[in-house]
Amino acid sequence: MSTVDQLQQQFGSAIIRTESFRDNVRVIVTPEAVHEVLKHLKESLGFNMLAELTAVDYLNYPDAVDRFGVIYGLTNLDSGERIFVKTYLNEPDLTLPTVCDLWQGANWLEREVYDMFGITFAGHPDLRRILMPEEFVSFPLRKDYPLRGKHERHNFPVITRAES
Amino acid sequence: MPLELVDRVDEDQLDQEYNWTLNFGPQHPATHTTLRLILTLNGETVLKAVPDIGYLHSGFEKLGEDLDYNQYVTIVDRMNYISPFHNEVAWHHTVEKLMGLELTPRCKYIRTILAELARINDHLLCVGAVALDLGAFTSFLYAFNQREAVYDIFETVSGQRFHPSFTRVGGLMNDVDDVFVQKVRNFVKQAPKAINDLTRLLNRNRIFVDRTKDIGVLTKEEAINRSCSGPVARASGVTRDLRKDEPYLAYRDFDFKMVCAKEGDCYARYLVRMEEMRESLNIIAQAIENLPSGPVNVDLNGKVTIPDKAATYRSIEGLIQHFELIMTNRQWKPPVNECYGAVESPNGELGFYIVSDGTGRAYRARCRPPSFIHFALFPHLIEGHQISDVVAVLGSLNIIAAELDR
Repeated sequence: MSTVDQLQQQFGSAIIRTESFRDNVRVIVTPEAVHEVLKHLKESLGFNMLAELTAVDYLNYPDAVDRFGVIYGLTNLDSGERIFVKTYLNEPDLTLPTVCDLWQGANWLEREVYDMFGITFAGHPDLRRILMPEEFVSFPLRKDYPLRGKHERHNFPVITRAES
Repeated sequence: MPLELVDRVDEDQLDQEYNWTLNFGPQHPATHTTLRLILTLNGETVLKAVPDIGYLHSGFEKLGEDLDYNQYVTIVDRMNYISPFHNEVAWHHTVEKLMGLELTPRCKYIRTILAELARINDHLLCVGAVALDLGAFTSFLYAFNQREAVYDIFETVSGQRFHPSFTRVGGLMNDVDDVFVQKVRNFVKQAPKAINDLTRLLNRNRIFVDRTKDIGVLTKEEAINRSCSGPVARASGVTRDLRKDEPYLAYRDFDFKMVCAKEGDCYARYLVRMEEMRESLNIIAQAIENLPSGPVNVDLNGKVTIPDKAATYRSIEGLIQHFELIMTNRQWKPPVNECYGAVESPNGELGFYIVSDGTGRAYRARCRPPSFIHFALFPHLIEGHQISDVVAVLGSLNIIAAELDR
């Protein structure tokens, strides 16, 4: 029985649909079930490494229904198999449970997603901005954030020579 | 004597008033690039390290949404600038996977040779720089001498030493010639001597061994739990190498070994890198002698590669094809879907997650940088060691800040 079938049997309606493209297998789950699914994949099905954690803003995407997609890429180090677990989020509730309790490697990856998209992870030990400065107020990888422009400077404190 | 590893630093140890706070970086010779560490010290023992990154953040992923699939290769070049060719291979590997292209055998072989040269280049820098930080200057020069030879080969094929930007969707910028073949043959002949010299200088060097053995130990379980890959994971006993596990390019054709160690300390990471260089030379030697003939670009009928100058100016098909790919409202028509592709870069798994909306540029071009994952390890590895070990651990993880921050 394939991993996807096992997941469907275990979680039923929490699995919205499954997709596969080239060698990528994607399982789309509800935001509520994402932690349970990842925990099951890690502890029962041997997907012991979190290889990738990222997000996509589907604001201008053709035929998109939901705003944000969060993608977890897992690897089974014994069989070399990969699986991608994906969940969709919509404003105003952009919160997911953290997976830092399952993989410590998720710590900085979740911080990056928060920094770039403003998606918060409940229960994260240290959810701060990681790449952008702390004074930054926007989320630069959202599609409504412009590529060019100069409108962030006023957010930063001015340090005079005497203070520096 | 190697120091005993302090198991875990107690909370009350951190509050003592005799503790020092040391700001390490962002401009410090031993960080090599721009990154900052805030260290809490008791005497010379590091109790806590808090990394602060983002100094080189320049929005590469945002730029990836604005540049087309060929243009973006110049940006990915600047991520890990020590082995830029791997970034190019990773980017176009994923793009070609998305479009469902199968490369020509000659292109696969050339890409493999250049990628392995870049791996040697990266490992030489890492080993040389670790040795330099630990006080061994000669080995640094020995390593850099060979790096010049690799840069010379890159200059021969692409005209650029540092950032070749040599790959294109479905092929390469241009074919290679006999000069390239001769230079690679010479390199394969002379490089083992340099690697052996380095080995003799460092492997049993009392100072080097004392300063790297049992420093920054990473167990296998932790390596998996913290998403490590590449030499860092393999030095801890994780047997995963994407060249073996998910063969891409022409790696299926070659006979080479996956290099692993069990100790997981800085010395093991050094040994893994040294041995990987020998395996890379082995791959290059096999590839250059079996270099297939034929075209480097996929067939023109596929309408994905830019035709060369002769075809553009002398045939109507070539001209139309060139026009179709250069005009910003035409370009490629990849499937509306998303795709993750990864390659084994010198630092570990370098992956791209591309979301395509069917136009000539990516809707989202996410990069999974190995340096980012490995730098998150640093506070864990350095805790309880001495301040002089900071440079040994940093060097052995081979953090490239441009890739870390993107």
